[in-house]
Amino acid sequence: MASTQQSYVGEAFSATGGDDRSGISLEDGSRVAVVGGGPAGSFFSYFLLKMAGTIDLDVTVDIFDPRSFSNCGPAGCNHCGGIVSETLIQILAAEGINLPRSVVQRGIESYVVHMDVGSVAIESLSGEMRIAALYRGNGPREGGEPPREGGESPWESFDGYLQNMTKDMGAKVVRQLITGVDWRDGYPWLQFADHSETRYDLIAVASGVNSNFINMLDAMPVTLKPPRTTRTFICEFKSSEAELLEILGNAVHVFLLAIPRLEFAAIIPKGDFATVVMVGEDLDQELVHEFLNDPVVRDCFPTDSTPCVCSCSPLINLKARSRPYGDRLVMVGDSGVTRLYKDGIGAAFRTAKAAASTAVFQGISEQAFESKFWPACRRINNDNAIGAVMFASTGLFKRFRFLRRIMYSMAAREQQKANRKPHMSSMLWNMFTGSAPYTEILLDAMHPGFIGHFGWNLLNPMRKKVKVKKDE
Amino acid sequence: MGRGALGTVFQDGEFIIRQGDQGNCMYVVQRGEVEVIQHSDSGEQHLAYLKPGDFFGEMAVFEKEARSASVKAVGESMVLKVDKKTLLRRITEDPLLAFSLLQVMSHRIRDLDELVSHFRSGTD
Repeated sequence: MASTQQSYVGEAFSATGGDDRSGISLEDGSRVAVVGGGPAGSFFSYFLLKMAGTIDLDVTVDIFDPRSFSNCGPAGCNHCGGIVSETLIQILAAEGINLPRSVVQRGIESYVVHMDVGSVAIESLSGEMRIAALYRGNGPREGGEPPREGGESPWESFDGYLQNMTKDMGAKVVRQLITGVDWRDGYPWLQFADHSETRYDLIAVASGVNSNFINMLDAMPVTLKPPRTTRTFICEFKSSEAELLEILGNAVHVFLLAIPRLEFAAIIPKGDFATVVMVGEDLDQELVHEFLNDPVVRDCFPTDSTPCVCSCSPLINLKARSRPYGDRLVMVGDSGVTRLYKDGIGAAFRTAKAAASTAVFQGISEQAFESKFWPACRRINNDNAIGAVMFASTGLFKRFRFLRRIMYSMAAREQQKANRKPHMSSMLWNMFTGSAPYTEILLDAMHPGFIGHFGWNLLNPMRKKVKVKKDE
Repeated sequence: MGRGALGTVFQDGEFIIRQGDQGNCMYVVQRGEVEVIQHSDSGEQHLAYLKPGDFFGEMAVFEKEARSASVKAVGESMVLKVDKKTLLRRITEDPLLAFSLLQVMSHRIRDLDELVSHFRSGTD
């Protein structure tokens, strides 16, 4: 009975979207290869198998990732700041995916914005801890706490947790390095180091922008213009949980400093470590040194006695691929489209689920992905265009001290008065946490209340100056 | 509390939502257990215990009626609030999310059917 009902639901979804015009679709016995076992790959596999189950479609999913997320340091890490936005935490919970305590290194309840004119703590607008600071792998090199009895690690990797979730759904994780991709008889073939090769019905690329696999796709009969990337800097500083709690609290510390080439930087507390993340143009050691020695940073987080035990300079996706799909091929997460600077895991979730539902209910042809998967990517792309404007405007704040003063005084006053509408605080919160689309932040910036307060703060110092001159 | 904690902690017996209140969010149990109770003229009626992963208060997301039942913590519990706006915005982008919620709500209707049937057979 249940099975019949589930099939009916699946047919209903298929009927609303129309069948794939080219007739390429997943069938019983189809094989799907997912290249990359990070969040994008795991979310894609999880939803593909879940949705296939609702229409009794029997497909095999192989996730290829040579890394084991149980390793400490870069070998088991996906090189990322490790913040899961409050929007994604809520959506995951509604989907039935609840992150266990072992995965969440710290629940974040506020963001502290540091500027040369002062620092202001912006409390969570919801009043509860809904942002997770976590490790993508099994923690930094020279890991923190010793393993518990029986060798059990004191924490669990986020990526590892998601991967285990997909294994429970029936996906197979293959720790084998892919050495090539070929395209024969309209099907993709993956080639391996032992000279074996396997034919698949669909390949989902979820290998990010730091993997060599992307370069192998030149052999595919689709035009894949690579995404525009920039380099970030991530460093783990080792201290003790008690000390970090005292210095940083349950807060992410964001820095808006007038340092050329630095877009923004953040310090994220996680257990015995604090993760420093820097985003900007042409990041190099000189810029990192300048940031860490800036008086504002030193005042918040002196690194003299806290050694950097693990660091990396991964690439991040700045501008999406023009077309992250083709017949029997789809690219999810950073490999295709992601959010500008923020909420990369949230974007991985959204694109992976859109790709999985398209593959199961609409088909796996280029047309199917264009009509059902691409709109989800386009929404992110369009929002990123607004985001680029918003980040350009933060550049103005970094350049002009009087604008930073206005930002500081507005946010500080809003945080002191509970009944005041938190226009500036809300904008800063959404901008730095990635909790809301950039479009919504722009609309907040155009709110008459915000413009009024901003204008009043802009004119008030001038009025005071005029008054002083008159008195003289 | 910061480590591993997401949501809000409620102590034993503390009410998370109260019957009759207006709501604009649903909740997902993260840790511990909560009890769903309904107040009527005949007194307090136990409806269910919910465990980690279970959600409640979802009716307030889909309709503007007051909360139909109260929910209180059994022992120390932690629950995560899911905002109406966040959920509905996501559902407009991804209708399959509503399907996941419908599956659980459908399951609850099935349980209620069984309960009604049980009471009817008891009174016959």
